[in-house]
Amino acid sequence: MKILVGIKRVVDFNVRVRVKPDGSGVDTDGAKMSINPFDEIALEEALRLREAGIASEVIVISIGDSSCQQQLRTGLAMGADRAIQVDTDIHLQPLAAARTMLAVIETEQPGLVILGKQAIDDDNNQTGQMLAALWNRPQATFASKVVVAGDTATVTREVDAGLETIEVDLPAVITTDLRLNTPRFVKLPDIMKAKRKPLEVIAFTELAVSNDNNIQIDHYAPPAVREKGIMVDSAAALVTELKSRGLL
Amino acid sequence: MAKLNPLDLYDIRSQLSEDELMVQDSIAAWVDERAVPLIAECFDKARFPTELIPEIAELGLLGSTLEGYGCAGLNYTSYGLICQELERCDSGLRSFVSVQSSLCMYPIYAFGSEEQKQRWLPEMAAGRAIGCFGLTEPQGGSDPANMKTHAKRDGDDWLLNGAKMWITNGSVADIAIVWAQTEDGIQGFLVEKDMAGFVTQDIHSKMSLRASTTSELYFDNVRLPDSSRLPGVKGLKGPLSCLTQARFGISWGPIGCAIDCLDSVLKYTEDRILFDRPLAANQAIQIRLADMARRITTAQLLALQLGRLKDAGKMQHTQVNLAKWNNVRMALDIARDARDMLGGFGITTEYTPIRHMLNLESVITYEGTETIHQLAVGRELTGISAF
Ligand SMILES: Cc1cc2nc3c(=O)[nH]c(=O)nc-3n(C[C@H](O)[C@H](O)[C@H](O)COP(=O)(O)OP(=O)(O)OC[C@H]3O[C@@H](n4cnc5c(N)ncnc54)[C@H](O)[C@@H]3O)c2cc1C
Repeated sequence: MKILVGIKRVVDFNVRVRVKPDGSGVDTDGAKMSINPFDEIALEEALRLREAGIASEVIVISIGDSSCQQQLRTGLAMGADRAIQVDTDIHLQPLAAARTMLAVIETEQPGLVILGKQAIDDDNNQTGQMLAALWNRPQATFASKVVVAGDTATVTREVDAGLETIEVDLPAVITTDLRLNTPRFVKLPDIMKAKRKPLEVIAFTELAVSNDNNIQIDHYAPPAVREKGIMVDSAAALVTELKSRGLL
Repeated sequence: MAKLNPLDLYDIRSQLSEDELMVQDSIAAWVDERAVPLIAECFDKARFPTELIPEIAELGLLGSTLEGYGCAGLNYTSYGLICQELERCDSGLRSFVSVQSSLCMYPIYAFGSEEQKQRWLPEMAAGRAIGCFGLTEPQGGSDPANMKTHAKRDGDDWLLNGAKMWITNGSVADIAIVWAQTEDGIQGFLVEKDMAGFVTQDIHSKMSLRASTTSELYFDNVRLPDSSRLPGVKGLKGPLSCLTQARFGISWGPIGCAIDCLDSVLKYTEDRILFDRPLAANQAIQIRLADMARRITTAQLLALQLGRLKDAGKMQHTQVNLAKWNNVRMALDIARDARDMLGGFGITTEYTPIRHMLNLESVITYEGTETIHQLAVGRELTGISAF
């Protein structure tokens, strides 16, 4: 079974991002870029399935300009077998990203697609769900545990009420939550080996996918600065304070 | 324009290759997650975090520039970045990797017989065999030509006598690379842990490099077969070539200490309110912060060019002398100043500058003292040896 794993290049989670002064976007100039942490978890899960003999090949895919090859190479160094870059300068929104992945799925025919539940740049949390719908296959989102046996995957999901376990027929789309696993560190010899692994570049235009970026962003603004807290010296004072603010 | 990264003001990372970036990022992630949480306690208890050795080996950090024998075959710029990331945590951690890689695996790789390489390099790369490098003697490290330790022929064997001092990993090592006088000049010998007549003793009460083992080695008629002699080199250039390798890494490592110190004081002076304003709002503080950034930047550029020269096979040892001198001095001064800006908090291990400061007192002494490096540069400029 082949597993396809999505990898998005995002500003590293340690970087304090700044909104551009004109509000036209977030300043990523010179910022350290990394694999979206949820995607790293997705890749780790795929690698474990391959190491357990359940998967035969792990393919990482990224949509973006040539700079995302750096994250694909990191994915190869972590252990993926090969990589696909869908080359485009356009920042695709979730629906277009899902359509693009579907086009690749049609050629690759993976038995399982694992994506992060969301990317930490836009926090959309949509691509996995949209992909499953377009592909007409089951979805298991927010996975915190995955067990694959034969043609089904048993997935424990983190939902608002706690944990929910579902069984899905394969092929399916799984999206990862934070507690699914702890991704491995890249080993130095594997960085050298990754250079020899195949990285295929497909032009976005070749896939004949409509780029219907249908959400228009007018303005970016930083979150309001949090007001400084106050100290109260008794429970009664706390209640009074909360009441005076209409919170109780 | 984007805000400049205060720890990389000239965007030196943009000069690194994709592989080099990947090396730096992956080691940085490991250091932050696995080593940083342990190190203050290790320093406090004066112990090396031996529990990390299997991971260090698995990551490929031991002998990372060597080709074959289970090693990664990275370029030297990558090795420099590794040293920088390790030393951002602690000089003791970087010392462990430097000694194993540059001072022990390198001479076996460069001067050893094929049999010695096969026997030791894969084991050392895997962290199953630890090495130490015995050059310095109690009588004086700056003048190694004058060493007293000697090996005499006895039939087909050699008899080794003498003592070595200040030897990193001495008592934990499975194999010691020992340099000794012979009839044919200075030669290197591989002395194994359990050989009769070889004993070690740790040096305690260190105020510096506490998360690293430092020992004395004693050799009393240690009988060595000729197969334990490194056949590929004779004379002082043997050990000195190892030192050039290690000093290359030490030219990078302290940049990590300095970056860590600047990072600490930037946060501290921003948050600390004195006289109704953040500490960082004072000219006297800003000048010191700016000076740190200036000195870090020059050290980064020096190290990067040193790496490019070494990777091109063009580096000369004087260039390492100057880089080691400049970059260690830079880091030591920054660590001392950072310690001061943290006030009372600065004297505890909760903040890192005092640990870096104390460690760097060793780093400025070992692998050639600052004075020795200055004299080496002076000799290059004048053609006169003033040692
Ligand atoms: C923590 C630690 C770990 C070490 N690990 C190792 C190791 O693994 N292997 C190893 O072989 N060694 C190791 N060393 C030894 C180190 O390399 C020596 O300490 C160093 O070379 C200096 O030698 P010394 O201590 O004998 O000082 P000395 O040579 O006695 O120097 C004393 C002072 O005199 C100055 N000086 C010397 N000559 C001159 C001159 N001609 N003109 C002006 N000033 C001069 C020096 O700069 C210094 O300030 C280690 C040292 C330390 C502290």
